[in-house]
Amino acid sequence: MFHNSFLRIGLLLWLALTLLAFLPRARAAETVQVADPYIELHTGPGEGYPVFHVVDKGEPIEVLKRRTDWFKVRAPRGQEGWVHSRQLARTLDGDGQAVAIAEPGIGDYSGRRWEMGVLGGDFSGARLISAYLGYALSDNLSLELSVGQAVGSHSSSWLGNINLTHRPFPDWRLQPFFLIGVGVVHTDPSTTLVRSEDRTDTTLQVGAGLQAYLTRRFLIRAEYRNHVVQMSTDDNEEVDQWQLGVAFFF
Amino acid sequence: MAARRSLLLLSPRLRRLHLPLAALCLALAGAAPAAADEETQPQVIQPEVERRSVDLARIDSENFELGLFFGMLAIEDFGTNPVYGARLAYHVGERLFVEAALGRSKGDKTSYERLSGAAELLSDDDRELTYYNLSLGFNLLPSESFPAKDWAFNSALYIIAGVGSTRFAGGDAFTVNFGAGYRFLATDWLALHLDVRDHMFDVDLLGENKLTHNLELTTGFTVFF
Repeated sequence: MFHNSFLRIGLLLWLALTLLAFLPRARAAETVQVADPYIELHTGPGEGYPVFHVVDKGEPIEVLKRRTDWFKVRAPRGQEGWVHSRQLARTLDGDGQAVAIAEPGIGDYSGRRWEMGVLGGDFSGARLISAYLGYALSDNLSLELSVGQAVGSHSSSWLGNINLTHRPFPDWRLQPFFLIGVGVVHTDPSTTLVRSEDRTDTTLQVGAGLQAYLTRRFLIRAEYRNHVVQMSTDDNEEVDQWQLGVAFFF
Repeated sequence: MAARRSLLLLSPRLRRLHLPLAALCLALAGAAPAAADEETQPQVIQPEVERRSVDLARIDSENFELGLFFGMLAIEDFGTNPVYGARLAYHVGERLFVEAALGRSKGDKTSYERLSGAAELLSDDDRELTYYNLSLGFNLLPSESFPAKDWAFNSALYIIAGVGSTRFAGGDAFTVNFGAGYRFLATDWLALHLDVRDHMFDVDLLGENKLTHNLELTTGFTVFF
């Protein structure tokens, strides 16, 4: 009853995951020395998890892995627990220097390589959901690839765009950006209406938007694009696209 | 409380250390008092920390969660049917995560089709249901579960909501989903899930739009990486 190819992909994914689970996991552990009077080990990676062990000043702890702001550590006598990055930042490395925990900040935006985001909005009256991947060519210029689906009451469309985005002020917390791009719109009319053909049209687009730095690696992005859709019926049609969403960079 | 217990556990160890020392002191007391003094002097123990700089950026960070799920989906008017899919989540903080999911199911016959025995509302292909969504989750109740004595697992009850699209009955429909789930961490990197979700979308099968509620109950596992 299930679609064969989907089932096959599912099975493959399952197998891959199972194998992944049994692979010996590479552990690059680092050892730091407690500099505060003591450091608290929680049973889980969260503020609410109880403290079950403390490691005294001067003792070494092994840092095993990280989840969000929490580090899993091993105490000298083998107890394993979670320490918040705030506390771990107050430990010393082998040379007696304070351990540096690189927390991404607004200053890292101009040095980013990649940027990813999801947006929701309106494409010519249809509800639009899209995702994009951006690659920074320079501080100001990035190449962005986006895919989206616009779901209307009579049809749904898939959109694929490549655009060049220019950010004149990459260091600003709230900054404008401008873009030009090309893309395709594949429209699939709803089959409960009179059955009509799918069609694929190309579009040219110009747009502008605003993005605001939130925290860590996160941004809010709002944008407007004006598409000129070159219809297969030889007419050009102008389409407005509005979107709002979140993005992160790394 | 637990911390205090582990500190108390030190005392037998210390006692073990002190007994031979005390015996040694007694034995040496008459013969060489000076040597005994040296023996009992507390030694400053330097921890063996490797002399190199520490780079915590090298620490393996596990903020992504990828896995499969399966369960039942009640497609409004089209019966309750098996559903399966995959999910990918990214944990932004200890509370917040974003999730992308892809699921697949198939609608059965409506009661009308069964009773009338003739007119089929949908072709077999149009009964296939595929959805995807992008959701925001919040770990409402991070907790520990205790299945038995001396056995504790981290877990969390989360609420989740998002938007997406569902392909069913020959068209795509904008879909809003919301629900709640329970995540049970068998190890630091392997989680088991139980999820209840309502997928809401419009179906215009009979010419007029009707908002449908499609309740889904799934279980699955995810791997953190």
